[in-house]
Amino acid sequence: MTSIELTDVSVEFPVFNAASRSLKNKMLSVATGGAIDRRGDGLVIVRGLEDVSFSLKEGDRVGIIGHNGSGKTTLLRVLSGIYQPTSGSAVIRGECVSLINISLGIDPEATGRENIRLRAAMMGIRPEKLREQFDEIAEFTGLGDFLDMPFRTYSSGMQLRLAFSTSTAIRPEILVMDEWLSTGDENFRHKADKRLREIVDTTKILVLASHSRELLRNNCNRILWMERGRVLMDGSADEVLPAYFG
Amino acid sequence: MSQTETGLLGDAFADIRGTLEKHYLATTFSWQDVAQRYRRSRVGAFWLTINMGVLISALGLLFGTLFRAPLQEFLPYICVSLIFWGFISTSINEGCSAFVGAIGIILQVRMPLFTHVLRTLYRNAIILGHNILIYPLVLLALGRMPTWHIILVLPGFVILSLNLLWIMLILGILCARYRDMTQVMQNLLQVLMYLTPIMWMPQTLPEGLSRLLLDFNPFYHLISVVRDPLLGQLPSATSWIACIVFAVIGWTAALFIFGRYRQRVPYWL
Repeated sequence: MTSIELTDVSVEFPVFNAASRSLKNKMLSVATGGAIDRRGDGLVIVRGLEDVSFSLKEGDRVGIIGHNGSGKTTLLRVLSGIYQPTSGSAVIRGECVSLINISLGIDPEATGRENIRLRAAMMGIRPEKLREQFDEIAEFTGLGDFLDMPFRTYSSGMQLRLAFSTSTAIRPEILVMDEWLSTGDENFRHKADKRLREIVDTTKILVLASHSRELLRNNCNRILWMERGRVLMDGSADEVLPAYFG
Repeated sequence: MSQTETGLLGDAFADIRGTLEKHYLATTFSWQDVAQRYRRSRVGAFWLTINMGVLISALGLLFGTLFRAPLQEFLPYICVSLIFWGFISTSINEGCSAFVGAIGIILQVRMPLFTHVLRTLYRNAIILGHNILIYPLVLLALGRMPTWHIILVLPGFVILSLNLLWIMLILGILCARYRDMTQVMQNLLQVLMYLTPIMWMPQTLPEGLSRLLLDFNPFYHLISVVRDPLLGQLPSATSWIACIVFAVIGWTAALFIFGRYRQRVPYWL
């Protein structure tokens, strides 16, 4: 059973080099971002999330909206199990994969084939599994003989094709995305959209951070509106989207 | 890796178990690290071996003359010493940045943290595999043959690696929190290189000093368990016991520290 349960989750970052109080005051006056505080021992901390509680179950398609610095990325990292909450608890059941930076792990000097292997390892695809999938991935890139050339010789569109094809070769239980991945030329984009749609449809829980009303309305059945590290509004897309976008 | 597992040690164990289960991550990335050195260069990682070879010949001749040591004995000694000291000191040095250097991965992909430490050790082990090729050449040049003791280098290498891993784990955590520690360690390793018999032989020490610099120097024991077998000697029982005790104490400390601070590491990056 795939589920995510956040109870009173707070995330606080220590800022080791922000020593001066004036800096703190300066930062406090900024409209965006989490709350900045100073602990008893003088350490400056930034509160990225504050008392966030919600639970997600299978079938949930959650959109996350909020201004810059409202805690979206921090929340995505908590949901991916990268940050453990400083207080409260986050229980994540299920294999979680994030499609945030799909080029992570790629070595420009290595060939396309080698990069498929590197990128696949980064996505958590085991070598045995990759052997089965390799040909399918290679074909999906549509790069043909270019797969034996160094990655750096690719055009940016071709680079994206390779990263996309490998990154979307998995079917995770929980999928975390920051905006929709759009890639390549007209031809490939069509194929890519279809593939992405497939993953989004088969994943048990989708978490999608976005600034696009259209995208959120089409993919999400629930929207979380984050503001200054807190959940400002949590409800259906019809409820929250008009309130946020006005 | 289940998140319901409680307790500090449980947390550390779960991470290390996860690393071993996803062993392919450490192997893939460490080979990739080495492969990077080969791209656009035919010689690749062997550049390090060439550098090492030049260093060994130069220092071998210089110190051999200074200490009036017979070349037959001194050259193999300094060769093995420098190769393994290179492995030890680079592993420890790079262990300091095991987490800091993997910031991109740690903040984007959920992966057992110990993977990054293991990757660093593997990378250095592969480079050691390059460098060790100098040794048979030295033996060949001197017309010497290795003895049966050479097989003892394998268990020696295992206990050395186990010790390096806990040192790297602790330093990786420490250096993620206090970035200056990296500089401190570099300095410390430099001093240790001269305090440990690497470029000089243990028997050249005056009697009183030898207990201090040899018996109480863990790095002497660490290097002895791999060096002695290659030089055709049996490593002393003292060295082996010291290495095992060092590993047990070190790993106990490392597991507590790792359990306590593992979750904090991403926040410090």
